[in-house]
Amino acid sequence: MNAPLPYFLDHIWLIPLFPLATAAVMLFYGRRLKNSMVNYLCVGSVFLSFIYSFGAFLQLTAMPAAERTAIKILFEWIPAGPYHMLNGRISNFLADWGFQLDPLSAVMILVVTGVGFLIHVYSTGYMAHEGGYYRFFGYLNLFMFSMLMLVLANNLLLLFVGWEGVGTCSYLLIGFYFHKKSASDAGKKAFIVNRIGDAGFLLGIFLTSALLGTIRFAEIGPALAAGHFALGDPRIVAIALLFFVGATGKSAQIPLYVWLPDAMEGPTPVSALIHAATMVTAGVYMVTRTNAIYQLAPAAMAVVAVIGAITAIFAASMGVVQNDIKKVLAYSTISQLGYMFLALGVGAFAAGIFHLMTHAFFKGLLFLAAGSVIHALSGEQDMQKMGALSGKIRKTYRTMRIATLAIAGVPPLAGFFSKDEILAHAFEYSHVLWLIGWITAGMTAFYMFRLLFLTFHGQSRVDHEVEHHIHESPNSMLVPLMILAVLSVIGGWIGIGGRFEKFLEPVIAGAAQSPLEAARPAAASSTEAALMIASVAVAFTGIALAWFLYLKRTDLPAKIAKSLNGFYDLVFHKYYVDELYDAMFVNRAKDLGLALGAFDRNVIDGAGVNGAGWLTRFVSKVSMWWDTWIVDGSVRLGSFLVYCLGFVSKFLETGYVQNYMLLIVVGLIGVLAYYFYLAHHVIH
Amino acid sequence: MISPEHYLMLSLALFTIGVIGVLTRRNVIIILMSIELILNAVNINLVAFSRLYGDVNGQVFAIFIITDAAAEAAVGLGIILAFFRNRETLLADEMDLLKW
Repeated sequence: MNAPLPYFLDHIWLIPLFPLATAAVMLFYGRRLKNSMVNYLCVGSVFLSFIYSFGAFLQLTAMPAAERTAIKILFEWIPAGPYHMLNGRISNFLADWGFQLDPLSAVMILVVTGVGFLIHVYSTGYMAHEGGYYRFFGYLNLFMFSMLMLVLANNLLLLFVGWEGVGTCSYLLIGFYFHKKSASDAGKKAFIVNRIGDAGFLLGIFLTSALLGTIRFAEIGPALAAGHFALGDPRIVAIALLFFVGATGKSAQIPLYVWLPDAMEGPTPVSALIHAATMVTAGVYMVTRTNAIYQLAPAAMAVVAVIGAITAIFAASMGVVQNDIKKVLAYSTISQLGYMFLALGVGAFAAGIFHLMTHAFFKGLLFLAAGSVIHALSGEQDMQKMGALSGKIRKTYRTMRIATLAIAGVPPLAGFFSKDEILAHAFEYSHVLWLIGWITAGMTAFYMFRLLFLTFHGQSRVDHEVEHHIHESPNSMLVPLMILAVLSVIGGWIGIGGRFEKFLEPVIAGAAQSPLEAARPAAASSTEAALMIASVAVAFTGIALAWFLYLKRTDLPAKIAKSLNGFYDLVFHKYYVDELYDAMFVNRAKDLGLALGAFDRNVIDGAGVNGAGWLTRFVSKVSMWWDTWIVDGSVRLGSFLVYCLGFVSKFLETGYVQNYMLLIVVGLIGVLAYYFYLAHHVIH
Repeated sequence: MISPEHYLMLSLALFTIGVIGVLTRRNVIIILMSIELILNAVNINLVAFSRLYGDVNGQVFAIFIITDAAAEAAVGLGIILAFFRNRETLLADEMDLLKW
């Protein structure tokens, strides 16, 4: 693109920078700022990001459809130099600090900044009475920065920076109430489980770089084409699977989903923003972003689809029996993410992103409304202690009802369109996967309406002290709820007639040529209509069942639970997966730690350090003996000999001058006598 | 006629008396006086041989020795005086500070 980019497209790099700046202000100076100042700065910066995102989006759509890619490289971040690729050729490793805006990232930044802004506004009300207000917003803005880096990065490594950044912020925010042990444990769990996925992702990046010689998204497609890789090349499949390992961690899929339910320990706006609307969808985004690789790896696609479908139904089954309002939503999120991966796996990337977007609206709304309920009930999260709240917090109830209808898939709300599209694509791919998705849709409707009925309808089971304090939330919380409610209603309409799919088409490599898409016209419109009716029917069945069990015959659920004794227990305890992981990995890791500790204590400390100490002591003892007896001994022997000599000769020294004089005279006489003797006898 | 042998005999007698005095007397002052006798025995020898050979150098030497003896007596008496002040004795066999 030679023509200069329009203003907003040329300044997409500013979008992540606004929240980063305020995050820095919060984390360095926030303690001294008033809450109102924190509001202006943090919410304002996210709003500014939203304005810039919206401007960039408008300018992007103004371009011709085929050219809708704006790349802005600020500087070369890691120019690491030449290396040998797998095929023996030399390639230059280069990671830019670069930003790429195309239809896919445009959708993502609009969702992230839009929903993010609403949740920021909501948080000003929700967190108003909490300690660490500035800290909360600092983390939240840091998260916005990381998430926007993630979706705007033009290469895998920069995406990974954002990927790790959101993980860190997730850890910080889950453990926001760090004085609670369960919260700090949950934060650690989320962080460690994500590490496993991140390791896979990182290996995938290495392999991409080794195989394709580039990590820029814009060059991956051409590199794949130039490499003439066969469909299902094992190396490509390996990359795709490694990326998917990363995605299972971040997006809470089997087997790495276990952290997300625990992550509900964080403040509710965090659950809404990070663990429902944005961060957990990073895996979906990443797979879609690298769809060129996946389309060459049908085996990996199949794995993605199957894992997605199994996760969807598995998590939904656990959502059915949870009593904690946020936990239900957490399992629902896992289930819906499974849906998205099902869509990606069957090749319906656009449908996956579409569901990502609508899910961000209604699941964000569900969490925020649940937060509003919790706020009204002074922190109560157990649905068994709720009920009949619809009249007391009317506005919250209405927005939540809309969100529940949307997620249940009732037309014409947002969830209906996206879910229907996924199911239609799944049906083309495999009837079994469609069936799983279809059943899950019914379960989703069931457990969501169970939540709605238990919370807002029926008899009040609220504690007496709590009941007096029930109050509707402030406007700062209600207005975001209403806006999201509107989006949950109309959000799906942009997908009517395949408009959304068309918008994303430039990003989905070879959408028209892909064998999966080629099969598309075969699906007759009558089949599609039948599928639509089936999914609506199953949604209403789920709703009716929930109504029957939780409003009409409230004694039945307990009886059913009793009759399904063993199975109910199994599901209620989340299939004992946490316990299984504890037994298989966590405790084994602890054992390894203990063993290494024992090794350290006994071998390193014992034989090594203490042994060296003992040896040194021994050597020094020997050399001390040598010094004392041999070196010192010889010196003392010398002095002793001199002493003996002196002892004998000292008797000559009488100290009397006259003695000495006498000796002199005797000596003189002796000498003279000797010479006289010589003179008289020897000479003659 | 007094021959050189007479002088030598006198000198020998004086010298022997002096040496015996130095070796046998305990009083330091007497030892000092005995040393004077030895010196004078030497002087007699010098003068006798100077007269015998008609050379005046011997007599000059004798005068030097007399001067020297005077100086020596002064220094020696000074030392003895200082010693007496410290030890209250003049007996040589009590001056045994050099002993081991």
